[in-house]
Amino acid sequence: MMQKIMQSKISVSDLNFFYGKTQALHGVSLEIPAREVIAFIGPSGCGKSTFLRTLNRMNDLIPAARAEGRVTIDGQNVYAPETDVAALRRKVGMVFQKSNPFPKSIYENVAYGIRINRIHANKADLSDRVEKALRDAALWNEVKDRLNSSAFSLSGGQQQRLCIARALAVKPEIVLMDEPASALDPIATQKIEELIVELKREYTIVVVTHNMQQATRVSDKTAFFMLGKLIEYNRTQKMFTNPDEKLTEDYITGRFG
Amino acid sequence: MENRLLDQQLDLLRDKILLLGGTTEAALHRAMQALTTRDSELAKKVLEEDRIIDQMELEIDRMSVEILALQQPAAHDLRFVISVAKITPILERIADHAGSIADAALILNNEPQLKNYVDLPLMAQIAAEMLRTALDAFTAEDAQVSREVIKRDQKIDESYHRVFDELIEIMIENPQATTSAAHLLFVAKHLERIGDYVKDICELNVYLREAAFIKHSPIYENAAESAANGEPH
Repeated sequence: MMQKIMQSKISVSDLNFFYGKTQALHGVSLEIPAREVIAFIGPSGCGKSTFLRTLNRMNDLIPAARAEGRVTIDGQNVYAPETDVAALRRKVGMVFQKSNPFPKSIYENVAYGIRINRIHANKADLSDRVEKALRDAALWNEVKDRLNSSAFSLSGGQQQRLCIARALAVKPEIVLMDEPASALDPIATQKIEELIVELKREYTIVVVTHNMQQATRVSDKTAFFMLGKLIEYNRTQKMFTNPDEKLTEDYITGRFG
Repeated sequence: MENRLLDQQLDLLRDKILLLGGTTEAALHRAMQALTTRDSELAKKVLEEDRIIDQMELEIDRMSVEILALQQPAAHDLRFVISVAKITPILERIADHAGSIADAALILNNEPQLKNYVDLPLMAQIAAEMLRTALDAFTAEDAQVSREVIKRDQKIDESYHRVFDELIEIMIENPQATTSAAHLLFVAKHLERIGDYVKDICELNVYLREAAFIKHSPIYENAAESAANGEPH
């Protein structure tokens, strides 16, 4: 057991989360190993996105939001007073449902985070890092000849991969994705999914999705949330062929009444 | 969402495979009857009706693929469709064996009766009972009963060995009876194979209920081995 905890990239124990008086998460505990893809599923309002946002303290931006319990990443308590939140968010990148590129060129979108974090040594190094991030996001070949074009000239799927490249550019270790493909067509979705599977070689990925087939295609483990509780956390293969919990079975087979 | 489209389709699929199971049972019963009562007309009927069984198989195949592609079932629903898709060709093969028994009956009915077929009807009775119980266990998703049926296959294997020895003796004592004895030997082999197929159905019943693949598990390999050791080739 100790060994297991040591290996976890993210470790959450007995996490409660409140929006004012409303409790959004109830005693959630789970372990996320490094370099795996974890999918969060559950009905709308079940707390999966809230939980995702506790992992890099994105919820701090919401007034009267409050977390109780423990979230550690590589053994460091995320909610400790001494935690440098900017450093935390560098380490734990995030991609949102709607692609939100900056109103800048493709190049500048990716270079931005590198510049403000002063990660690069010089201009050539900056360009190398931009290229690496665009390659990792499987976008390089499509944009290498028009790096100075506006990010808005890209298609929806390309914009989303640009946002992934922007997240990867600052060298995170964990990437959180909140319904990254829900606004995309099937081809763009497939590219994002292939990318997720590819990225797990280097990154730990947590993805919230409403699309259960997407969860089965990309994830190693799946967590099912309902009414702010973690109902089941299991290997994806097990979860979708023989879940342990009746509630999970009812949800994934569409028998939810 | 109690009245899901998927539920309706799964119910229909269940009806279809149970109909196929019942028709297969009937084919086996009639083929044996054609043999023991020397009723060649009945044997012909079994052969004619095999086409209906083939059509049922195709229909279930089509429906299973459609459900998998369009409904993407998960968990128990998924295991149900997979089990049906795997049990269907097994039933069709059992029906083929019934057809082969009917073929043998057509030949044997034109020859003088070699012996009374005591052991063969007994084998057929065990096989038919196993099949019925296996199909009931599928409907009830009863893994316990399915495991018991699996054990009963040994009885068929034992009968097969007895019939085998007896028929060889007849061939040695009366070379003129060799053709008939050989056909009866095939009948015995068909029944023995049916027992094996019923076992496969029961293994799928356990999968449906428990999501466990018990086929080729160590206990079985041992059981199969000891059966194989006693089996004449």
